[in-house]
Amino acid sequence: MPSHILSWITFFPLIGAAVILLLPSSREKWVKWIGLAATLPPLFWSLQLYQNFERVFSGKHLEQFQFTEGPYAWIESFNISYFLGVDGISISMVILTTLISCIAVLASFNIKRQLKAYFALFLLLETGMLGVFCSLDFFLFYVFWEVMLLPMYFLIGIWGGPRKIYAAIKFFLYTLFGSVFMLIAMIYLYYQAGKTFNMIEIMQATKGIAVGVQALLWFALYIGFAIKIPAFPFHTWLPDAHVEAPTAISVILAGVLLKMGVYGLLRINFSMLPEATARFAWFLAVIGTINIIYGALVAMAQKDLKKLVAYSSVSHMGYVMLGMAAMTPQGIQGAVLQMFNHGIIAAMLFLLVGVVYDRAHHRNIEGFGGLASRVGAYTGFTALAFFASLGLPGLSGFVSEVLVFLGAFKTFPVYTIVSMMGVVLTAAYLLWTFQRMFLGELNPKYKDLTDMDVREWIMLVPLAIIVIVLGVWPMPMLDLISDTLNHLVMHVGPVTAAGF
Amino acid sequence: MENLSSLSRFAPELWIMAGILFAFLGSLSKKLSGGPLIFVLLAITAAVGQLGNEPTSLFEGLIAVDGFTHLFRLFFLIVGALTIVMSAYSKELEKQGSEFSALVLTVVLGMMLMGSARNLLMAYLAMEMVSIISYALVASLKGNLRSREAGIKYIIFGGLASGAMLLGMSFLYGMTGSLDFGAIAATMALKSPNTVTLFISVVLILAGLGFKVSAAPFHMWAPDVYEGAPIAVTAFLSVGPKAAGFALLLRLFHSTNLAAGELSLIWPGLIAAISVATMFIGNLTALWQDNLKRLMAFSSVAHAGYLLMAVVLMNTAGMTAIVFYLFAYLLMNFGAFMVISVVADQAGTEDIRAMRGLWKRNPWLAIMMGVFLFSLTGLPPAFGFIGKFYLFAALIESGWIWLAIVGLLNSVISLAYYMRIAKVMLIDGTEGEMILPEGRMVAPAVTTTVVTVLAGLTLLFGIYWEPIRVFAESTFGMI
Repeated sequence: MPSHILSWITFFPLIGAAVILLLPSSREKWVKWIGLAATLPPLFWSLQLYQNFERVFSGKHLEQFQFTEGPYAWIESFNISYFLGVDGISISMVILTTLISCIAVLASFNIKRQLKAYFALFLLLETGMLGVFCSLDFFLFYVFWEVMLLPMYFLIGIWGGPRKIYAAIKFFLYTLFGSVFMLIAMIYLYYQAGKTFNMIEIMQATKGIAVGVQALLWFALYIGFAIKIPAFPFHTWLPDAHVEAPTAISVILAGVLLKMGVYGLLRINFSMLPEATARFAWFLAVIGTINIIYGALVAMAQKDLKKLVAYSSVSHMGYVMLGMAAMTPQGIQGAVLQMFNHGIIAAMLFLLVGVVYDRAHHRNIEGFGGLASRVGAYTGFTALAFFASLGLPGLSGFVSEVLVFLGAFKTFPVYTIVSMMGVVLTAAYLLWTFQRMFLGELNPKYKDLTDMDVREWIMLVPLAIIVIVLGVWPMPMLDLISDTLNHLVMHVGPVTAAGF
Repeated sequence: MENLSSLSRFAPELWIMAGILFAFLGSLSKKLSGGPLIFVLLAITAAVGQLGNEPTSLFEGLIAVDGFTHLFRLFFLIVGALTIVMSAYSKELEKQGSEFSALVLTVVLGMMLMGSARNLLMAYLAMEMVSIISYALVASLKGNLRSREAGIKYIIFGGLASGAMLLGMSFLYGMTGSLDFGAIAATMALKSPNTVTLFISVVLILAGLGFKVSAAPFHMWAPDVYEGAPIAVTAFLSVGPKAAGFALLLRLFHSTNLAAGELSLIWPGLIAAISVATMFIGNLTALWQDNLKRLMAFSSVAHAGYLLMAVVLMNTAGMTAIVFYLFAYLLMNFGAFMVISVVADQAGTEDIRAMRGLWKRNPWLAIMMGVFLFSLTGLPPAFGFIGKFYLFAALIESGWIWLAIVGLLNSVISLAYYMRIAKVMLIDGTEGEMILPEGRMVAPAVTTTVVTVLAGLTLLFGIYWEPIRVFAESTFGMI
């Protein structure tokens, strides 16, 4: 394992991007393979992290971070430092990001135009995402957070569908609007915490801040993160972005980007403002419940398969919010596990949407029918992804949802019961979709439909294996995250249940 | 210092004067066209050589030479050098001889004096020097109606503004019996003047300076003048005189202690109101512009609004933020204008559609323009973000959180129109009707180099700006 492993993981894709940009245009065929080669070492290193991560860490409960680098002084006058490290929450996200990026590169192999620019931007995006998960300096975190916007805007805007410009600028404006409040809160915390951006130092210094101020800071940060999650009512950019984005970017968006919002809540709101978190956890639970039910209902009404999957993401992120709001060990473990599982399942779903779109050139659910008799492997993978998504026991989605409900029931019984309706709704829209697309008589238009090719198998098989393995035996992930999360639960303390 | 011994500390200005003379003489022969630039470089060398010197005042107290002066001297000299380079490669200015450079250098001299004046009379003369020559620069496209119209508009607005300012200054003189900034502060401290008269005087002076920095409601001239003027002049005006206006504003209200003294209750609210209005007018109007120069004009109004936010504070953190922001603005705004100038020269129009397909025609310029646009929006990791970061940090430190929120929301609005340019040049295809024909577009090598350097610095200082801060602080023996 190299020293400074987190820096290597974060910046290796950027090296790949530089190589791609320097490549002469006559060698465009190499670009894809260099892109793939740039995402493999980070995946390998993150698996090494997984192996070497100390599951039970002896440090103090705010200093759970391992593989730390720094803090190295960066801008001394503002006490900004280069400081990386991972704990149980972020290590699971780093593994998810490197894995999904690798698969998304494979999914990008059918991009036709301007390959150099595409892969360079894609790798820049990966560096941004990994940087967010590894930073332990708030300023560094913010820089990575914003750096992601730029490649995302162009990846949707240049390689997207018919309404790509609208979707791209909507995404950009929404996220930047959220960052405004994050920036204000960040600078305010800097002065309140005695002029430091070091996250660990801020965590220790925020106890003294007046409750009212904490509440304002909490909501300012919440807006920034809620837009990314996306939490109701800030979710409207997501379906547009998903529908217009190319398949690989949808995979990244649902697989990793959405997790960043909840990660931010855990890393910043929960750790830095524990008192306000305990006080407003009920608010998170309410929004989570709305996300679950509203997302599922809207998904049910969709005719476009990709839009349906997008709204199902909104619904599934609701489970994460509900679980973490409960502030019980099971609830929060379920939430983080759900972050990981949803990342894998949503990636599968969007890949599968891409597979059928590449062949049929439309995504209208009603326009298919009886595909099961024609494309067996595709039907099988879709069935697996759908069942994992609706929480069938034995698949990974089930474990995390059960943990969320178990944990949340103690704190928020009413919201939990309402949320459970969401499971039924999810089953309803997914099964109904499956029936319309795959069962019944074969639509004669698709009698020559070809099944999945080798590249598509390579993309989907690893994800399918993870879904099955974590469904039967979730301990590899739970071991990784539980110690950190137990400390976080103690740090925040019991939450105010606000009467319910 | 007395007059003769002052001259040694006045070397950068003297070099510029020599450059002006040289440029006028040089207009007789085409061969000497590179001359003025050499004098600017000599002046820069002289200014750098003076950096460490003790603060003092020259010419019997008319001019201060302190850290603030040093900083702005360098700023204006860089602006002058960039403008001369830019005009040398501009098609619309082809027929101009080196007297154009002479005019630019004269404005540079005026701005340097504005940044160092510590006497009302000197300040006024320096400002008029900048204004009157600027009118000529704007109207320098012979036979171009728009250029002439812009010149006339500029003269009328400018005349009004400087008249108001002069009136305000005479009130101030009447109340204190002195023209010297320091003496004014001393007199004010002894006998408190009539607040109403003082307020009127300050508002009138602000009208004059507001015109220079294009703050609302004195910004009306900016779009028409910026649109009519040659692009090099537009770039020059949007950075130089604006910065000079801020330099004088800071020194005048800081040294005379007007902002912090008698008017400390009214000042913050007044400036905050002006700044909010300026930001919103600039950003919201820029959304609807199709002419690149006009769009950049409103964008420059908006940037004046951001800068004014820090003027509210009038403390060291605020002034540091202004200096940071001005340097960032110099790099990114000049860079953007240089790219626009290359495109507009070849297209013959400044319509935003001329940028279409720039990505195909000249990818390098398109990427550089992208860097400038992101920096202007204030996104990390670009210098523009650091400028904004310093502004907002200064505001939040002093408790002006609502103003910081308004400023940041304005950055979000500005994203829409900056991204519109990025969209046109990077995303829009080359199908349909094109203003410029397909094929590679070759930019002059010098322009490409300068643009690359500017973009490189924009990114470099966005990631590591400690050297700038050290430099700013070492020269900042504060006024």
